[in-house]
Amino acid sequence: MKVHEYQARELLAEAGVPVPKSYVATTVDQAAAAFDKIGGKAVVKAQVFAGGRGKAGFVKLCDTAEQVRQAATFMLSNRMVSPQTGSEGVEVKKLLVADAVDIESEYYVAVVMDRAKNTAVVMVSQEGGVEIEIVAKEKPGAIIKRWLHPHLGLMSFQCAQLVAGLGFTDKEQAKAAAKVIRGLVNVFHKYDCALAEINPLVRTKSGEILAIDAKMNFDDNAVFRHKRLQEMFDPSGENPMELRAKEHNLSYIPLDGNIGCLVNGAGLAMSTMDLIKLHGGEPANFLDVGGSVTAEEATEAFRIVLSDPKVKGILVNIFGGIAKCDTIAEALIAAAREIGFDVPVVVRLEGTNVERAHELLKEAAIPQLITATDLTDAANKVCAQVA
Amino acid sequence: MSILVDGETKVICQGITGKAGAFHTARCLEYGTKVVGGVSPGKGGTQSEHGLPVFNTCHDAIAATGADVSMIFVPAPFAVDAGMEAADAGCSLIVLITEGIPTLDMVRLRKYLDEKGVLMVGPNCPGVITPGNCKVGIMPGYIHKPWEDGCKCVGIISRSGTLTYEAVWQCTTRGIAQSTCVGIGGDPVKGLNFVELLEMFENDGQTDAMIIIGEIGGTDEEEAAKYIERHVTKPVVAFIAGRTAPPGKRMGHAGAIISGGEGTAASKIAAMKEAGVAVAESPAAIGETVAGLL
Repeated sequence: MKVHEYQARELLAEAGVPVPKSYVATTVDQAAAAFDKIGGKAVVKAQVFAGGRGKAGFVKLCDTAEQVRQAATFMLSNRMVSPQTGSEGVEVKKLLVADAVDIESEYYVAVVMDRAKNTAVVMVSQEGGVEIEIVAKEKPGAIIKRWLHPHLGLMSFQCAQLVAGLGFTDKEQAKAAAKVIRGLVNVFHKYDCALAEINPLVRTKSGEILAIDAKMNFDDNAVFRHKRLQEMFDPSGENPMELRAKEHNLSYIPLDGNIGCLVNGAGLAMSTMDLIKLHGGEPANFLDVGGSVTAEEATEAFRIVLSDPKVKGILVNIFGGIAKCDTIAEALIAAAREIGFDVPVVVRLEGTNVERAHELLKEAAIPQLITATDLTDAANKVCAQVA
Repeated sequence: MSILVDGETKVICQGITGKAGAFHTARCLEYGTKVVGGVSPGKGGTQSEHGLPVFNTCHDAIAATGADVSMIFVPAPFAVDAGMEAADAGCSLIVLITEGIPTLDMVRLRKYLDEKGVLMVGPNCPGVITPGNCKVGIMPGYIHKPWEDGCKCVGIISRSGTLTYEAVWQCTTRGIAQSTCVGIGGDPVKGLNFVELLEMFENDGQTDAMIIIGEIGGTDEEEAAKYIERHVTKPVVAFIAGRTAPPGKRMGHAGAIISGGEGTAASKIAAMKEAGVAVAESPAAIGETVAGLL
């Protein structure tokens, strides 16, 4: 799960990380009022999940209330289109109006899960304001890392080393930077983050240390224990079909191809997509129905796959272990009755209750159904059907 | 021989009175696993539906039964505490089936287990099976082929569940037995990983070759490739799932995500090939590739 920039700022500010004065606005009047409260220059930023805001004109530096009004009017009445949004763009409902500070230098501070070390790592760099992946590739020595002890967290000496790595020598500024690092680590732990990043952290011309932009991703497995995050959840950042699938314990991700997939198990679902590609086809989706799927959930899975107008054929690939082949067969028959198939459905079943499943399918005699003997046969058949 | 579990292994089930725990304990017993009891706080002193003694704590269960392995079906919010309890009570191996455990909880559990020298398989995994002897997990038993004199035998290590069954079945139908199959799970922070298990299989007399089933996300396969190049003499076959997976998307498993350009199938496949591993291009070709090497 992710949150908007203004929400990430809120969490940081609560943890004692200094952020520039800012206000959230949903109307042009509110944006103008925010500018008056800030006094001086302000930056108006569209609160959307997609990146590429600056180039699309959805981050604007403003010197006057009139400029704020113009920027807010533009952002709230146009959809933002960037390379990350697709041609249809995204609607902007909220704006962040923030004090535009005079930046002297930019820094990078982040806490991220390091799966190779089985714990989280704090990373800092004096190369702030650019993508950290680029820094990592071009100047790996410019990133300083300290790993958090799983039980003890950030130790004072580590924090001091990180502050030194950021190059702060002024006593007050070093103290402020230490507070930022500790605050970020606290947010990371308190809210089960997968990533908590401040980029850039800045030193202003007047010597203040401030977090200008923040990005946070949260561990989906932990959202259940954070009411605060549940309240912050904005479904506009998610694909509606993915959300609908999730409600039915299904894991669905739409893709660009025309062969719909329905598989049990994430690994098998991924390799079914790979198999289709290997045989010259293009998968329309990833869909894992899970291990203990019910007939109702599986029927919903067919509905979701068939709701994609690009789908010209479906490949059902089940290796019954805990999920039983006959459950899937029942769902297939129910879906055929209820929604009807207007595309061919290639079915490959193996494992628990496979004989019973084949009997059920034979009795049902669904005309669009094509059975396959093994994986390769299934891939060949479905690719031939959509060709 | 085999690794991790064998016919002598005594198993308890934490969460034995829950739906999944009860169901799979029954399947394990049917398979011949020595499940000797279960833990369900508040239900100590009763018997499970399988006629096994139920204890309030792992400490009681182990004192009474002498079990050395715990199979955990406890729901995600409580699973990590269950794992720590099993370790504190003296289990040498924990098989954590539970899916959906918060990653930071896993970080704490992993550290706790490392300090106690307790091994873990999982979480979010099908478990571990030594065919014909001991099944600790949720995999269908009948697809496996036990080792017998004169037959060829593979050890399997996998981040996926059903894809493992697929590989097992392809081996079984070709007459290739399995020494032990370990589903290490689909989470980013976990217990035993490719490298430790490769070492165990390399040293296992019954294992003639290994199959690694990896997927996108993280760098575990790259680490495995480095290890294989230096330390493994037995043939290794690999399949990596997710060549067509888009970056930035979590593909079902919490750990299956390409982020910041790291964790692509292409990088893993290249590392494996460089280490001399036979990479199956299709998931349908895993059995055939192993057969070709034996």
